[in-house]
Amino acid sequence: MLEVQNLSMRFGGLLAVDGVSLDVKEREIVSIIGPNGAGKTTVFNCMSGFYKPSGGKILFEGQEVQGKPDYKISRLGMVRTFQHVRLFNNMTVVENLLVAQHRHLNTNLIAGLLKTPDYRERERKSLDRAAYWLERVGLMDLANREAGNLAYGQQRRLEIARCMVTEPKLLMLDEPAAGLNPAETKDLNQLIVSLKEDYCVSVVLIEHDMSLVMDISDRINVINQGRPLASGTPEEIRQNKDVIKAYLGEA
Amino acid sequence: MAANTLKHALFCAVVTLVIAYPILGLNLEAEGINVTLAGADTSTVISVIAAAIVVFLFQLFRENILSALKSIPSPLPKTQKEPMAENKRARIESWVLTGIVILALFWPFFVSRGSVDLATLVLIYIMLALGLNVVVGLAGLLDLGYVAFYAVGAYTFALLSQYAGVSFWVALPIGACLAALFGFTLGFPVLRLRGDYLAIVTLGFGEIIRILLNNWTALTGGPNGVGGIPDPTLFGMEFGRRVKEEGNVSFHETFGIAYSGEHKVIFLYLIALVLAVFTALVIRRFMRMPVGRSWEALREDEIAARSLGLSRTAVKLSAFTIGAFFAGFAGTVFASKQGFISPESFVFLESAIILAIVVLGGMGSQIGVVLAAIAVTILPELAREFSEYRMLIFGAAMVLMMIWRPQGLMPVRRIHIPLRKQE
Amino acid sequence: MQDLLYFFQQLINGLTIGSAYALIAIGYTMVYGIIGMINFAHGEIYMIGAYTALIAITGLATLGIAWLPVILIVALICAMIVSSTMGWAVERVAYRPVRGRHRLIPLISAIGMSIFLQNYVHLAQGSRNIGFPALIDGGFQFGSADSFQMSLSYMQITIFITTLICMTLLSLFISRSRTGRACRAVSQDIGMANLLGIDTNRIISATFVIGAALAAVAGLLLGMYYGSIDPLFGFIAGLKAFTAAVLGGIGSIPGAMLGGLILGVSESMTSGYLSGEYKDVVSFGLLILILLFKPTGLLGKPEVEKI
Repeated sequence: MLEVQNLSMRFGGLLAVDGVSLDVKEREIVSIIGPNGAGKTTVFNCMSGFYKPSGGKILFEGQEVQGKPDYKISRLGMVRTFQHVRLFNNMTVVENLLVAQHRHLNTNLIAGLLKTPDYRERERKSLDRAAYWLERVGLMDLANREAGNLAYGQQRRLEIARCMVTEPKLLMLDEPAAGLNPAETKDLNQLIVSLKEDYCVSVVLIEHDMSLVMDISDRINVINQGRPLASGTPEEIRQNKDVIKAYLGEA
Repeated sequence: MAANTLKHALFCAVVTLVIAYPILGLNLEAEGINVTLAGADTSTVISVIAAAIVVFLFQLFRENILSALKSIPSPLPKTQKEPMAENKRARIESWVLTGIVILALFWPFFVSRGSVDLATLVLIYIMLALGLNVVVGLAGLLDLGYVAFYAVGAYTFALLSQYAGVSFWVALPIGACLAALFGFTLGFPVLRLRGDYLAIVTLGFGEIIRILLNNWTALTGGPNGVGGIPDPTLFGMEFGRRVKEEGNVSFHETFGIAYSGEHKVIFLYLIALVLAVFTALVIRRFMRMPVGRSWEALREDEIAARSLGLSRTAVKLSAFTIGAFFAGFAGTVFASKQGFISPESFVFLESAIILAIVVLGGMGSQIGVVLAAIAVTILPELAREFSEYRMLIFGAAMVLMMIWRPQGLMPVRRIHIPLRKQE
Repeated sequence: MQDLLYFFQQLINGLTIGSAYALIAIGYTMVYGIIGMINFAHGEIYMIGAYTALIAITGLATLGIAWLPVILIVALICAMIVSSTMGWAVERVAYRPVRGRHRLIPLISAIGMSIFLQNYVHLAQGSRNIGFPALIDGGFQFGSADSFQMSLSYMQITIFITTLICMTLLSLFISRSRTGRACRAVSQDIGMANLLGIDTNRIISATFVIGAALAAVAGLLLGMYYGSIDPLFGFIAGLKAFTAAVLGGIGSIPGAMLGGLILGVSESMTSGYLSGEYKDVVSFGLLILILLFKPTGLLGKPEVEKI
């Protein structure tokens, strides 16, 4: 469903990403790994429309999306999380989930003022969907707390729930396990697998936690210094000499 | 360590003297084209020296003072609790608010004409501040040219009545819509800009509008302004002693009561009250609607909001347009109240006052903004000698608020949203 | 021939005003380059510089000192001391406590400071405008006496030369001195500079002090040039200088110079050929257009949004 072909991104004289390709099929978890500064997040930023790639193509369900504005890409069903959690900190947990469902706000300005039945129905549906996902990630009891006051692990889960209420087809997770303790990482592992199994979402994952990556990925792409280094199943990557060299150094 | 503190304290005291003495202690006096210098009276000099000593002592014992201050519990503790259940809070709120509105409805019949006039002005500021609150407080867009939209509303009514004889009630929606249109057209290109650039551009825009009003003498009368703006009518009844417009009747004759200038003042006040309540209610609805949440989301984290499919331009533009709409509203009422308008009423200072109201009240909080509007407008009137210092105090208050309580005196309380458990 | 002279007259007037704008613009651009905030009160610092200079000049006259170089130098030094101290204090009181918070907060604090200082001078010195003695009169005249005469006054020459000296000193300071190097390091990456042991607070203060001192120079020069000052004198000039800084590319010192000159010339051309009333409209219009089409300005570096 997603195909990234020969993507490159240049910042001034620096070629941060060079010739990276990637493909994700339906209900698949694909990981992007690589040393720090390899350009993984830049790939994400290109895919989600924050950067306009300098070269290459990004096809989502057969449609070229590179260079499209971020919000349009998100509306097509490609939604992401961020390396450093980005919540609406002064809004409550449930409001965070409601905002995520507000992409068509212009059409219902008058309807909302008059509280038409249609509008009420839509609001109720968004609330129910929010409640469902809060239950799913175990934050129901905190629904009316301010998001900024949640514990770090809870914020991570809220961020994923916030993506899921938009009913995406493809979820891009940028280091979701960073800063989590082992128990939380285990929960996260189950959650991601369940997203794929139960909700038919494809996942692209950037992660440094190798046990998580090896455990849940269907395929893995390795990037080093902006260039693709290897790709294949976890087993293949584990045995790839180039990958071992890149991770362990030249020795 | 102690020597360092002493040095620092001395330094700060000298700084205080340097910034205060030349400006406060030496007064320039113009006599014709000659300028002479006069020392200020002793009391000023003494207070400058006293200020330096206070700074010196404060810096010297800074640690002790700060720790002593910290041990005093804050009178306004930061609430970490969950918000009150919505239905309960809504009931209390609606009772209290209805009470206040009813009180406000009957109050003008028992007080002097001057007070009613002042109250009308307060209501106009409330409308303005509520509108600006949408832009600054909710959407996080610093608009320093807000007064331009106010001017658009006021001039629309003034000019329409002058050239086309349009009445208040027809001009009201036109003025507001025209202001909104201005907001939309200006907003469209500039909302891409980052926060601080946006502030400067809106400031420039406000100045451009004012300069145009000042110089387009043929249409706007330039610095002389536009006068003879008609009062609002009540179902075609005029409030003047004599009927001005053919076919209208006068209010006092219809009801067979003696003519009184107060009728008009009270009527204007009531119109302003209704419009202010209308403004508050509509914006309150917006805040609880998708559009309102999107404003706040964009203020909180623009990148996250975009990643969730919110169009930055659409969200900002809606805030800007709606804010401008209410400024136009207020402008029309203002023109009608004054009967005469000139570019003098729409200077940057006016934008700054409205901004100060929003900042003091607590950005995003409606009740806070209303209370701040009342305080900021009435206090200088109550203490005449204080009014000279009004802007000085506003400026200082804005700085202090940003340092100590950027969320305002009455910060926003989140609403509680009940959820149904899903299976 | 006459038309040409008229054109050159506008050009000279524009360059004069423009170089003074550039002096003020330095303060905006350096502060923005280092802490990324618009120092809204900078125009007031400039106004206070002008007032102090006038107070010094009047004071010297009262004392009976009439030798021009002494008057100018004393006025300049007084203005620079008071403005720099003010700049330092403003940063310390209103900006440092809110540094690093949400973008709007320092900006609102700065607007508050601007309003405060404006009214501070207003209350202390009155709101009327006060005549500023020209001190330097005379100049060169070009063209025949019976038609349009182009004049280049000594005052204008003084403004050019002073600006040139200030800019040269500033460039030397930034490129050669220890503090200057630290300034550049801090503007590149404040966190990194901190780690490397640079006292960033001191550098930020230094930036405010330097910017304020240059604004004071401009205050003295423009005060003499315009012939009168009032408490609102700084507000519009500040906006103009900010426009100049943005035009040249905010954060860039040569940019501020270039921006100031372009702005000054376009203003005087508007006054000369269109109407003096619309010169402010032209500069604000210019500001809006640049921000819309080239927000990085002429010499600024593009910013990459960090995610």
